[in-house]
Amino acid sequence: MSIVTVQLGQCGNQIGHEVFSALCSDIRGTHGLCSKKENESYHDSCKERFFCEEESGVPVARAVLVDMEPKVISQTLSMAARSGHWKYNSHSHFCQKQGSGNNWANGYSVHGPRHKEAIMNLVQKEAEKCDRLGGFFTMMSMAGGTGSGLGAFVTQCLRDAFPASFILNHVVWPYGTGEVIVQNYNSVLTLSHLYQSSDALLVHENDVIHKICAQLMNIKQISFRDVNQVIAHQLGSVFQPTHTGGEGSGYSRNPLGDLMETLVPHPEFKLLGLRNIPQMPENSLAYSTFSWPGLIKHLRQMLIANAKMEEGIDWQVRPPHPGSSIPSTSKPLHFNTSIANLVILRGKDVHGVDLGSFQDPSLYTSWLNPQDAFSAWKTPRAFNKYEKSASLVSNSQFLLKPLDSIVGKAWNMFASKAYLHQYTKFGIQEEDFLDCFTTLEQVISSYTNL
Amino acid sequence: MTQSVVVQVGQCGNQVGCRFWDLALREHAAVNKKGIYDEALSSFFRNIDTRSGGSGPDIYKGKICSLKARALLIDMEEGVVNEIIQGPLRDVFDSKQLITDVSGSGNNWAVGHKIYGCQYRENIVEKLRKTAEHCDCLQCFFIIHSMGGGTGSGLGTFVLNLLEEEFPEVYRFVTSVYPSGEDDVITSPYNSVLAMKELNEHADCVLPIENESLFEIVNKINQMINSGKLGSTVKQNSVVTSSAGSAKTQEKPFDAMNNIVANLLLNLTSSARFEGSLNMDLNEISMNLVPFPRLHYLVSSLTPLYTLADVNVPSRRLDQMFSDAFSRDHQLIQADPKHSLYLACALLVRGNVQVSDLRRNIERLKPSLHFVSWNQEGWKTGLCSVPPVGHSHSLLTLANNTCVKPTFTELKDRFMKLYKKKAHLHHYLQIDGMEQSCFSEAISSLSDLIEEYNELDATKGGPRIDPSRLKIAV
Repeated sequence: MSIVTVQLGQCGNQIGHEVFSALCSDIRGTHGLCSKKENESYHDSCKERFFCEEESGVPVARAVLVDMEPKVISQTLSMAARSGHWKYNSHSHFCQKQGSGNNWANGYSVHGPRHKEAIMNLVQKEAEKCDRLGGFFTMMSMAGGTGSGLGAFVTQCLRDAFPASFILNHVVWPYGTGEVIVQNYNSVLTLSHLYQSSDALLVHENDVIHKICAQLMNIKQISFRDVNQVIAHQLGSVFQPTHTGGEGSGYSRNPLGDLMETLVPHPEFKLLGLRNIPQMPENSLAYSTFSWPGLIKHLRQMLIANAKMEEGIDWQVRPPHPGSSIPSTSKPLHFNTSIANLVILRGKDVHGVDLGSFQDPSLYTSWLNPQDAFSAWKTPRAFNKYEKSASLVSNSQFLLKPLDSIVGKAWNMFASKAYLHQYTKFGIQEEDFLDCFTTLEQVISSYTNL
Repeated sequence: MTQSVVVQVGQCGNQVGCRFWDLALREHAAVNKKGIYDEALSSFFRNIDTRSGGSGPDIYKGKICSLKARALLIDMEEGVVNEIIQGPLRDVFDSKQLITDVSGSGNNWAVGHKIYGCQYRENIVEKLRKTAEHCDCLQCFFIIHSMGGGTGSGLGTFVLNLLEEEFPEVYRFVTSVYPSGEDDVITSPYNSVLAMKELNEHADCVLPIENESLFEIVNKINQMINSGKLGSTVKQNSVVTSSAGSAKTQEKPFDAMNNIVANLLLNLTSSARFEGSLNMDLNEISMNLVPFPRLHYLVSSLTPLYTLADVNVPSRRLDQMFSDAFSRDHQLIQADPKHSLYLACALLVRGNVQVSDLRRNIERLKPSLHFVSWNQEGWKTGLCSVPPVGHSHSLLTLANNTCVKPTFTELKDRFMKLYKKKAHLHHYLQIDGMEQSCFSEAISSLSDLIEEYNELDATKGGPRIDPSRLKIAV
C-alpha cells in the first residue's frame, strides 16, 4: 500500500526532503545485514510505499509540495533532483507568491479556500497513481502561517475527500523561546483543528531534537538541516517496512492502518511521541556495539521517566507497585502513564528479543488489556547503518507538559488581547479562539487523568 | 516572489533613497554573478528591453538588459532629484517616475500636505498605478521621508494616505527621519507632530531614525578607523557608512549617515529576496511586531558596523555582534531598549549563522532584557544565508519597545513650547484646509500614543498573576 505525503510550508518541505532522502539512501545501502531475499523484499516494499517508478528509472517521491511562497519549494525540488537518486514529480507542487505572514488565519481562512481546488487536484493525481492507497502523511510545523493554518485546512479537505483513508499528521513543535512571536496562538489553533480531522498527530519538538544534536550527535554549530536530518532518521525508523505479524510474515501492507490500530484506541487521545535509540554521529557507528537487552532497558526507562534521549535518564522513577489498585491521583508525579505503546526493532538478531518488560500492566492506564496496549514490529533488516535500532511510538503523557505550557502561554497572551487584531482581520474571532482553548484544555485534562 | 516599491519624498527622502538604490545594485551585483535577471532582483528592479525605447513589455527572465528601480521620486523643488537623474544612477530611473515642482514647500507641512497634495494627487495616483501594474505581486510600499520639513513631512504623509486608499492590501512601511532638538528648522516640531498623526493612523510599521544617532555612529567609526586601534585594516566596503564599490564617486556630507539607513532597508528585505533556512518575510514583520494596531513604531539597530579584513571570525566575535545590537550606541534613535520594556523583538541574521548560534545568544541576552508579561519569550527570528557585501554575517534588530517614548515626549514638549505662544501658526492657518483643529487633533493623537506607552511601562503589560485558565469538568 502506498502513502501520499503532503509537505506544507517551509518546515514541512524542508523536513519532507530529508525524509525521502533518508529513505532512499537506506534502501540503496548495502548494510542491510540480512539475506539478499529479505533485502530485496524490503527494497520493494519501501519503493511501493513512498516512490513510484518513472521511465528514467529514478524513483519519484509520492508527494505533493505546498507553500505560499516559492523559494523553499524551488530549493527542495532542485536539491532532490541534484541527488541523482530520487526526485519529486516536477508538476506535483503548488505555490503562491506572498507567503502567509506567520498568520494562521491567513493560511486557514484566506489561502485555504482560495487554493483548495488546485491543491486537492494535485493530491487526487498522486492518490490515483497508487495501486492501493494506504493513507496520507502530512508534514507541517504549527508555529508559522502556512504549515499551520493552511495545513489545518488541507487536513480537513483530505478528511472530507477521503473519508475512509488514514491521515497521520507530523507536527513540529517550535523552540520554547520563540521562533515566531505568535507561535503559541498558531499552535493552539492548529492542534485544536487537527484534532477534529486527523487520525493521529506524530510530534517532534525542536528543543528535544536540538539537544540530541548537541549532546549525542556532537554537532558544534547546529543548523536546521541537522535538526531535520535527525527527525528524518527517526521517522524513517517508523515508516520503513517491518513485519507486523511476527517472523515469517511478509512486510506490513498497511503501515498507517496498523499504526492507528495499535496506538489510537480512543479519539480523545491522538498525541503520539517518538523516541529512537541509539543516536550517534555516523563516524562513531563503526566503533559502537549495543546489546538488545541494554537498548530495551534504556527505552523502557525513557518511557517511564519521560526522558527525551538516552542520556540523562532519571533511573529513580519507577512504575507504581503492580497488583495494587492505586487511584491515578496518587501515582508518582513524574511517572509517565501510557495508553498504548509500539516498539519497532530493526537489525541483527531481532527475533529473539524479549519485550516482556513493556507489557507490565503498571505502565498502562487501566482501561486496556496490556496485551492489547503493547505491540512490537520487527525486521532483521538494519536501518540507516545502525546495526541495531529501536524506536518507541507512544500514546502517553509524553507531550502533556509541553502542551500545557503552550496553552498556558497562549492564554496569557490572549488575556491581554495582544495581536488579536491580526487574526480578526482575516476572520478568526475571539470566540473561535475560545473554542480552541476549550478543546485543548479538554485534551490536557484527559491525558492528566490517565 | 513579491515586489516592493519605494516612494521617496522630499530632500532627505530622496537623498537616502538614492543611497539605497546604489547599495542595492552593489549588493545584487555581488551575488548575481551571471547577470541573469532573477527573482531576487525583481523584488526591487524591473528589467527593460532598451531596444524598444523602454516602452515595451518588461523582460521577466533571462539576461539583464536594463534595470529600472521600482520607485517614485517626489520633491517639490528640483535640485536633489535633478542631481540624481544626472548622476551615475541616471539609467536606473526614468522620467516617468519623477514628480517635481520648483518652489519647494517652505518647511511648511500644510503646504506639502494640503496644497501640493491636492495639486498633484491625480499625477501621483496615476504613477503609482503604473508602478503597481509592473509588479506581479506587490507586497509593500516603502516610504522614505523626513518629519521636520515641508515636502517629506507634508506631501509624504499625503502619499501615505493615498496608498491606504488606493492599495489597502499592500503593506506600508515608513522610514521616518525625526528632527533633533537643535534642528535649524524652527517649525520642525509642528511639521513632525502633524505628520505623526498620519503615521499613527495610516502606516503599518514605522522605523523612526534620528540624525543624532546616525551622526554618533559615523563619528564612532571614523574614530576607530583613524585611531588605528583596529590593528588590521577594515574592509572598506563592509563599513555600514561607506559607499565603496558602488557607483558613487564623490562622497557628500550626509552620505555616510544615509548609507546606514539604506543598509537598514537592505537588511530588512534580505530574507524576502534571498533564501535561508528560516525565512522572514515583510508581512511576518508586521504580524509579529505589532501587537496592537497603533503601537507600530520599531526601534532598529544594525551590527556589525564594519568588518575587519581577518577572514577567520571566532564565535566570540559572533556573540559580540549580538551583544552590540542591544547596546545604546547601535540604535538608530536616541534610545536605550535595555532599560525599557520590550513588547516584541525581531532578529534578522544574515550570513553564516546557524540556529544554534541564535539560540545561544537569545539565552544569553534574555535575562538582561525586560519583556512584557504576556510576551515573555517574544522573539521573532529569521536566518538568511546571503550576507551583506563585505561581511560574513550581520544582524538587524527590530524592537517594539517603550524606549521610543522619550523621542515622542520631547517632540511633544517642543511642539507645546511653540504652540502655547502661537508662534508661526499663521503660516499654517492661512493655508486652505488648515484649521486650529488640525493642530489640536494632532497633539491629542500624539498624547494618546504616549499614554499607551506609559500604561505599558507602569503595568509591565498586564496582571501580575497569570490569568486563570479555563476549567474543564472531569
